Amino acid sequence: MTSIIQIQNLSKTYNTGFHALKDISLDIKRGEIFALLGPNGAGKTTLISVICGIVNKSSGAVLVDGHDNVTDFRATRKMIGLVPQELHLSFFETVWDTIKFSRKLFGKPDDDAYLEKILQQLSLLDKKHSKIGTLSGGMKRRVLIAKALSHEPTVLFLDEPTAGVDVELRKDMWNVVRGLRDNGVTIILTTHYIEEAEEMADRVGVISKGAMILVEDKTALMKKMGQKKLTLTLEKPLVALPKKLAKFNLQLLNNGSEISYAYDVSKGKPDIAGLLADVQAAKIGYSDIHTAQNSLEDIFMGLVKQ
Amino acid sequence: MNWRAVVAIFTYEMKRFFRTLFQSLISPVISTVLYFIVFGAAIGSRITQIDGVSYGAFIVPGLIMLSILTQSISNASFGIYFPKFSGTIYEYLSAPVSALEMVLGFVGAAAAKSILIGLVILATSAFFVPVVILHPFWMILFLLLTAITFSLFGFIIGLWADGFEKLQIIPLLVITPLTFLGGSFYSIHVLPEFWQNVSLFNPVVYLISGFRWSFYEISDVSLSVSLGMTFVFLCICLTAVAWIFRTGYRLKS
Ligand SMILES: Nc1ncnc2c1ncn2[C@@H]1O[C@H](COP(=O)(O)OP(=O)(O)O)[C@@H](O)[C@H]1O
Ligand SMILES: [Mg+2]
Repeated sequence: MTSIIQIQNLSKTYNTGFHALKDISLDIKRGEIFALLGPNGAGKTTLISVICGIVNKSSGAVLVDGHDNVTDFRATRKMIGLVPQELHLSFFETVWDTIKFSRKLFGKPDDDAYLEKILQQLSLLDKKHSKIGTLSGGMKRRVLIAKALSHEPTVLFLDEPTAGVDVELRKDMWNVVRGLRDNGVTIILTTHYIEEAEEMADRVGVISKGAMILVEDKTALMKKMGQKKLTLTLEKPLVALPKKLAKFNLQLLNNGSEISYAYDVSKGKPDIAGLLADVQAAKIGYSDIHTAQNSLEDIFMGLVKQ
Repeated sequence: MNWRAVVAIFTYEMKRFFRTLFQSLISPVISTVLYFIVFGAAIGSRITQIDGVSYGAFIVPGLIMLSILTQSISNASFGIYFPKFSGTIYEYLSAPVSALEMVLGFVGAAAAKSILIGLVILATSAFFVPVVILHPFWMILFLLLTAITFSLFGFIIGLWADGFEKLQIIPLLVITPLTFLGGSFYSIHVLPEFWQNVSLFNPVVYLISGFRWSFYEISDVSLSVSLGMTFVFLCICLTAVAWIFRTGYRLKS
C-alpha cells in the first residue's frame, strides 16, 4: 500500500450551516511532503482537524495506514503528530515538562535522550527549563513542533508552520522537515505562501472554498512555471500578424495593440533577438517591451478565482 | 487503556494544585475556623446540642461536605475549561486518549484534590471540637462518592461553559444555596413540616445526612436512602458525561 492517508468523499458542515469541506477525496503517499495550498478560510485547518480527530466529519471517511480515524482512533492518532496553526500552549509550564507530557499523552514510555535530541534539532536545548510564557513567538512555534514530534509520529501535520516566523527558524524548520522525510516521515503542511510549497513539497494540492481543485506533482507545476511571456506594445494596432512572423508562437492581443510571445525557458534559449529583428523588418513599430513569468502564484490565483 | 495518558493528565492537574498548595489549603482552613467561631461559638452557645451531639461537632460533616461540593465543582470545571479556553485542548483531542481516560484523569484529579481539602478540614475541626467517626468505612465511601459525583458535575459545567461567568454561575446560584439549605448547619427536623418536605427534593440533604450518620449515627433520612440517592446522582452525571463525549458537544465542532 503506497497511500498512508486516504480521504474519501469527505464533507464537513459546521453547526452554523457553513459547508467547510465539500466532497474531498485525496491520497497522501507514504513518505512524501504534501503541501496543501489555499487562501484564508479555504478549509485547510478544517481538513487537518477532521483527520486528527479535533473536528467531527459530516460524511465520508479518513483512513490512516488503512485504519478508520473514528472507529480505530487509537491506531491512527498514534501515528500522527500535529503542529496547530495557533500557539496553543500552557504558558506556566516549562518546555521540558510540556514535551514529556505530550509523549505520555500518546502512551509512549519515557525516553529523555530522544526528547533531548528533538530539542537539540530545534535549537531549543538551552530553553529546556524556561517557562513557555517567557519565550518569543518563534520559540513557541518550535515548542509546538517538539511536542508534535515527542511521540515519534510517522505522519506530521504542520498547519501554517511559517506564518509570522523569522527566516532563521524557517531554515531550521525546513532542515528538520527534510531530516524527518529522510527518515520516512510523511509530512503534510498547509500554507498560503506559494514559495513554501515550491521550496519543500513533492506534491501540491490546492483547496478553495472547501473543494480540492487541483492535486499535482510539484515538478509538473513548475513546468507550467517555466512558461514566460514577452509583450510588445505597438505604436499602431495591427489587423493581423504578418506572415513573416508565423514561425514564432505569437498572439495578437488588445485589439491588435499588443503582440505576445510565449516561450518555455526549460526548452532552451528563446530567439528574442530574431523576433525583434523580424518585427523591425516587417516595419512594425513598438513603444514598449516587457516580459513576465507565469508563476505558481498565477496558476494558483487563476484556479482560485474560477 | 492508555494508562500513561490517564496518569499524565492526573499528575498535570495535581501539579497545578501543589504549585499553589498554600493558597489551595489556607482558604478552606480559614473559612472552617471562621465557621466554628461564628456558628460554633455564637450560635452553638444557644443550641448546645442536636440529637445528643454538641453543635460544634454536629456541623463538622456539613462543613466538610460543603467544601467537597464546592471544591469538586470548581476544580473539575476549571480543569477542563482552561484547556478549552487556552486552546491546548487540541492536544487531548488529537491524542490516542478515549473519553473515559480523559474523565479518569480530569475528574480523578479534581476529586483527589477536594478529598485532600476535606481531610484537612476534618483535621482542623479536631482542634476545636471532639470529632468521632463511628463508621470510618462509610465515611470514606460517602466522601469518595460525593467527591466523584460532584467532580463529574463540575466537569460537565466546565464543558458547557463558554465563558468565565458561566463557570461561576451554577455553583453560585445552585450549589451554594442547596448546600446551605441542605442541613449543613442544622437538622432538617428542626424545620416546619412543609419545609422538611421541600428539603427532600434537595439532593445535598441525602449526602450530608449519610455522611453525618457515618460520624455520629444520627441522620435526617435513612442510610440506605442516602446511599441510594448518592448513586442516583452519580449515575446521572456519568450518563451526561457519556452523552457529551458521544456527541462531541462543546468539545468538537
Ligand atoms: N468551529 C467553526 N464553526 C463554524 N465555522 C467554522 C469553524 N471553524 C472554521 N469555520 C469556517 O470554516 C471555513 C474554513 O476555515 P479553516 O479551515 O480554518 O480555513 P483555513 O485554515 O484554510 O484558513 C472558514 O470560513 C471558517 O470561518
Ligand atoms: Mg487555517
